[in-house]
Amino acid sequence: MILKGKVHKYGCDVDTDVIIPARYLNTSDPAELAAHCMEDIDGEFVKNVKAGDIIVADDNFGCGSSREHAPIAIKAAGVSCVIAKTFARIFYRNAINIGLPILQCPEAVDGISAGDQVEVDASTGKITNLTTGKSYQAMPFPPFMQRLIDVGGLIEYAKDKIKSAGCSCCML
Amino acid sequence: MGQTITQKILAAHCGKDAVEAGELITAKLDLVLANDITAPIAIREFEKIGAGCVFDKDKVALVPDHSTPAKDIKSAEQVKIMRDFARKYGITNFFEIGRVGIEHTLLPDMGLVLPGDAVIGADSHTCTYGAIGAFSTGVGSTDLAAAMALGETWLRVPETIKFVYYGKLNKWVGGKDLILYTIGKIGVDGALYCSMEFTGETIEGLPMADRFTMCNMAIEAGGKNGIIPPDETTLAYVKQRAKREFKTYKSDADALYKEVIEIDCSKLEPQIAFPHLPENTKPLSEVGNVKIDQSVIGSCTNGRIEDLRVAAEILKGRQVHRDVRLIIFPGTQEIYKQAMHEGLFDIFVDSGAAVSTPTCGPCLGGHMGCLAEGERAIATTNRNFVGRMGHPKSEVYLSGPAVAAASAVLGCIGGPDQLEKR
Repeated sequence: MILKGKVHKYGCDVDTDVIIPARYLNTSDPAELAAHCMEDIDGEFVKNVKAGDIIVADDNFGCGSSREHAPIAIKAAGVSCVIAKTFARIFYRNAINIGLPILQCPEAVDGISAGDQVEVDASTGKITNLTTGKSYQAMPFPPFMQRLIDVGGLIEYAKDKIKSAGCSCCML
Repeated sequence: MGQTITQKILAAHCGKDAVEAGELITAKLDLVLANDITAPIAIREFEKIGAGCVFDKDKVALVPDHSTPAKDIKSAEQVKIMRDFARKYGITNFFEIGRVGIEHTLLPDMGLVLPGDAVIGADSHTCTYGAIGAFSTGVGSTDLAAAMALGETWLRVPETIKFVYYGKLNKWVGGKDLILYTIGKIGVDGALYCSMEFTGETIEGLPMADRFTMCNMAIEAGGKNGIIPPDETTLAYVKQRAKREFKTYKSDADALYKEVIEIDCSKLEPQIAFPHLPENTKPLSEVGNVKIDQSVIGSCTNGRIEDLRVAAEILKGRQVHRDVRLIIFPGTQEIYKQAMHEGLFDIFVDSGAAVSTPTCGPCLGGHMGCLAEGERAIATTNRNFVGRMGHPKSEVYLSGPAVAAASAVLGCIGGPDQLEKR
């Protein structure tokens, strides 16, 4: 899958409170959440973001709260993928579980500036900065996580497991 | 090679004798939990899986503590999704207002989490239960949905950083100061993906409340879990609550650690985390003149009876500063009742403080004490991110209950010793 878009760039420790502030957590509707995405770190983000755009950030992206509303808001805002030096662990799991592509690649983060056009091959992890012409290779996912991604996420994985093994009530 | 306590618990939950750091395992779970913010998404995803039931109706806890008592219609509807789900699937541990408490205080206090358990929760502060020697970690709603159906989850066995605390604590210094100091030392991603094992003579001398506070904030250093090996203090807490068998684990002497960090506690002052990250810590003597508009005492970090007693000791016979709002949140109904019987509410109300029913409300800027533009709060909560307690241009400073109570009286950030000087 090829993803292509303009880069919105942020620094270290972008927390899930600024990605989607708690004052909007009385809903789980993706469109409503997207309307406030990144509001407390970048008031212009929602106005400027276009379908396919890419978020690039430094270390520890998505730290703090476990709210899945954060990757949901990013995905529903049209962002095609997030590239960071490192991700906070709960955000990392959440993004994979909901199907928001994330790539870990410190060299790409250092080589990409705000406003650059970037192309990502989500299946190989190749990142190309179309503005500078430079390419980078993201870290591959561990095999188990790649399998999760390949089957279509955790819910599909759980569906298969319930179908083959049954649930507690079926076994009574 | 020996095993850490975290490795031993995880091995026991995936049917192995030992596990290695970095290994991916599928772990059986003793409890899975969600709150009124994370449960509605988990429920939506659960229904897609097609399971006819949850894996065990006694091992799913649904705790509507964040926006409750429902702050608006939308919040009421989120709680209703939980309530309907709990009724449909016969979930034993769903708690209505009047019985609910802040999840990470309520569940261990009720004996629903025990030493040696493996627990995941759709709330980042699920790591709190490491204080009783359980493995517990925060996940998102979809992970929780799959766990409600399967009773298991996939985990990467974390590497462990061992923290050894030694030396006698000074007066007014407690678990909150130890963990803030630790986060200040290693940074908000200093323990990313790792287990934080808290050990040493200082930890052995800490009461349970302070241990919960420390493990609660492991996530603020990026940790997967915080954990304290059970001892007599743990057993004294657990034995009166446990309604089932449990097992205690200890790390082997030759267990492999990623790093061992020693911390001398004897000279430690109360610690304050400045905006907008928990790692921006300073000792109280270096804070300077920081005026405050609000002080918040409570939350899953510091809402236990011991925390309220510290606040009462300082507030007794004193008045909250005329320019400050002091809001106090007991963690559970039991703690609320205990505080009431001990006369702590008389002290709080006489001092000019407000006492609330248990809720997460102000900690995440949800309700019951949001900040306006330009306002500043000191809080015993766990996060001081931009906009955490309200307006994106407000500020939160984190501290333990002693400093939060003293600051409420002083009108600026300060410690109990400054009150005595006046």
